[in-house]
Amino acid sequence: MRFQLTSEQGALRGAMRGALRRTAGAGSWGPVAPRGGAADGHSPAPLGGAAEPGASPPRLDRELWRTLGELGFFSLRLPEADGGAGLGLPEAVLVFEEAGRALVPGPLVATHLAAGEVPGAAEGEVVVAAADGRLVEWLQEADVVRPGAEGAVPMKSVDPLTPLHRVPAPARTDPVAVLLTAAEQLGTAGRACELAVQHARAREQFGQPIGAFQAVKHLCAQMLVRVEVARAAVYAAAVTAERADIAAARLLADEAAVRGARDCLQVHGGMGFTWECEVHLLLKRAWVRSERGGGGTESEELLAADLVA
Amino acid sequence: MDLSYTPEEEEFRARLREWLGKVLPTLPPKPSPDDWPGRRAYDLGWQRMLYDAGYADVHWEGTPSVRLIFLEETEKAGAPYVGANFVGLLHAGPTIAAEGTPEQRARWLPPVLRGEEVWCQGFSEPDAGSDLAALRTRARRDGDDYVVSGSKIWTSHAEVADWCELLVRTDPEAPKHKGISWLAMPMDAPGITVRPLRTLAGSAEFAEMFLDDVRVPVANRVGDENDGWRVTMVTLSFERGTAFVGEVVACRRVLGELAVAARRNGRWDDAALRRRLGRLNAEFRALWRLTQWNVSEAEASGGVPGVGGSVFKLRYSHARQELYDAAAEVLGPDSLDLERPWMPDRLSSLSYTIAAGTSQIQRNIVGERILGLPKGR
Ligand SMILES: Cc1cc2nc3c(=O)[nH]c(=O)nc-3n(C[C@H](O)[C@H](O)[C@H](O)COP(=O)(O)OP(=O)(O)OC[C@H]3O[C@@H](n4cnc5c(N)ncnc54)[C@H](O)[C@@H]3O)c2cc1C
Repeated sequence: MRFQLTSEQGALRGAMRGALRRTAGAGSWGPVAPRGGAADGHSPAPLGGAAEPGASPPRLDRELWRTLGELGFFSLRLPEADGGAGLGLPEAVLVFEEAGRALVPGPLVATHLAAGEVPGAAEGEVVVAAADGRLVEWLQEADVVRPGAEGAVPMKSVDPLTPLHRVPAPARTDPVAVLLTAAEQLGTAGRACELAVQHARAREQFGQPIGAFQAVKHLCAQMLVRVEVARAAVYAAAVTAERADIAAARLLADEAAVRGARDCLQVHGGMGFTWECEVHLLLKRAWVRSERGGGGTESEELLAADLVA
Repeated sequence: MDLSYTPEEEEFRARLREWLGKVLPTLPPKPSPDDWPGRRAYDLGWQRMLYDAGYADVHWEGTPSVRLIFLEETEKAGAPYVGANFVGLLHAGPTIAAEGTPEQRARWLPPVLRGEEVWCQGFSEPDAGSDLAALRTRARRDGDDYVVSGSKIWTSHAEVADWCELLVRTDPEAPKHKGISWLAMPMDAPGITVRPLRTLAGSAEFAEMFLDDVRVPVANRVGDENDGWRVTMVTLSFERGTAFVGEVVACRRVLGELAVAARRNGRWDDAALRRRLGRLNAEFRALWRLTQWNVSEAEASGGVPGVGGSVFKLRYSHARQELYDAAAEVLGPDSLDLERPWMPDRLSSLSYTIAAGTSQIQRNIVGERILGLPKGR
């Protein structure tokens, strides 16, 4: 047993992080400089101007989609003979973690799962959305919707960067979709912790950095604890691919992302409550993802049943 | 990332499992919590059996995988807990193995492995708990001895220990972290008075210790004079990093028992309770994975667990309390009866967020040493 990233896995993660940072810098999905405090210069805060409050639903950035296709994001698990990288779930989880960290918008999981089944999905030429539970993300921007979205009704989505439709009949969830979502949550949770720590070091009140105050320091410490516990759970579930492990991973990752983003907002004070500051987007996306795959309740029931199996 | 075990490791698991199946039924009944001589004899007897069967040194030797298999299998089988051997096996021993001279290792390690000597930990003092480096117990050099005076508190197992890992101040003039040394003190030396303290669980688990001109040979110092704080950090990293990992498996066993009990008494129909148990299942699965991660990481970086142990300790100590609170919910009003299963453990779980450094102190460590946040003024 050697439950650590291999050097190849570490390199893959690093490469994906770098590529997403460059992509974020170049496209519409670019950095927003937060007011005052702790701008780090390259925070990939998504879709600055495209997401004004009350704006019409966001457009999917096709350029970004093709770039992700070129990076192998969607084809990662396809056999090499079919133009993929022939890698497995552990590697997929690492790149989805990076996407979650950079808050990449779009139906990433659905398109990834469609690679090899829907022509063009693997290359990022075709955008695939999927009904998951009672929701469909990015329905109007998608070229293909699986398995279909009869009677879908638009919602005023809480997340300005994820348009949502509600569907009447609940769709079945793929455990791999749950796992990849957990990986995205993990990335977002890590990002929230990092942003909070950066801010806590830079922002001064009462003559010292606010991170020196225990009330703030302890919030940050708890964020890291949740991230690390979730990380172990998500990576292990990627290795075993067992349903109960996946359910556990999603519960821990949801908690890490949602509570992490909330605490990050708190650490940012008034700035955290503004539209320009990236933090609210982390929280809203975490909320959206935590409804995927039947929500946490389904996972809790699955894990309860596992105890008496 | 690999969670699989080699054929040799699986063979080790099979051999251990078979051995446990054979010996566990032959063990004498557990002594009562207040029978300390009985508990000492029982715990040492178990350690001796492990030694004779070739399993004694898994904590110090062997691959991390073998160590985890050992913990997994012994806990699953309901084998005795390390008990009185906790300090010797899980933190004083590893500290001496990492920091001691060859003579010190030869003198102290084998008797711990053979189940012949019990260790206790004399770190805390009445005025130095969380602020451990404020300790005042004084050691004055006199020829080849230190002459030690002062007092210690909350010393677990002091009544039955042969040795104490003792922190003393060897230079009262130096800044507080600089003048400390780490000594192995024989508990039968003249001048030591041990006064048992009763815990809220009712047993005399720990004690106060008064030291009145106790002579400890200078040769018993582990590490350099006045370099004891660094050695202490090694000890604490073992205490927080690896000493609790076996218990996670035990918690998972208890959780399974709770679900069965809830099904039997009808509480399982309560969806909120069921979901609470499901969530705890997620929690302890994740903590076990974090253990595997940390152990693999420690192995990669030379064996001493890093500050990551604080991350584990923080989460685990709270999860354990939630587990036994859930047990109380399963039992309902019967949870007030201390003869019911799990309820004594519920009481003892209250110590986990205090002992080995409180949760507040662990959060300071995570915030300052891992996240790099500034120290408060
Ligand atoms: C069951 C048990 C067994 C033990 N066994 C041993 C043993 O064998 N050997 C040994 O040496 N010690 C042992 N201890 C002692 C243990 O390590 C201390 O109790 C612990 O470190 C806390 O110190 P204290 O009791 O002095 O509490 P204090 O330090 O007085 O703390 C009281 C409260 O103040 C908080 N606090 C203190 N400082 C800070 C700070 N800087 N920031 C925020 N909050 C703070 C604490 O978190 C706590 O809530 C044991 C304790 C228990 C409960």
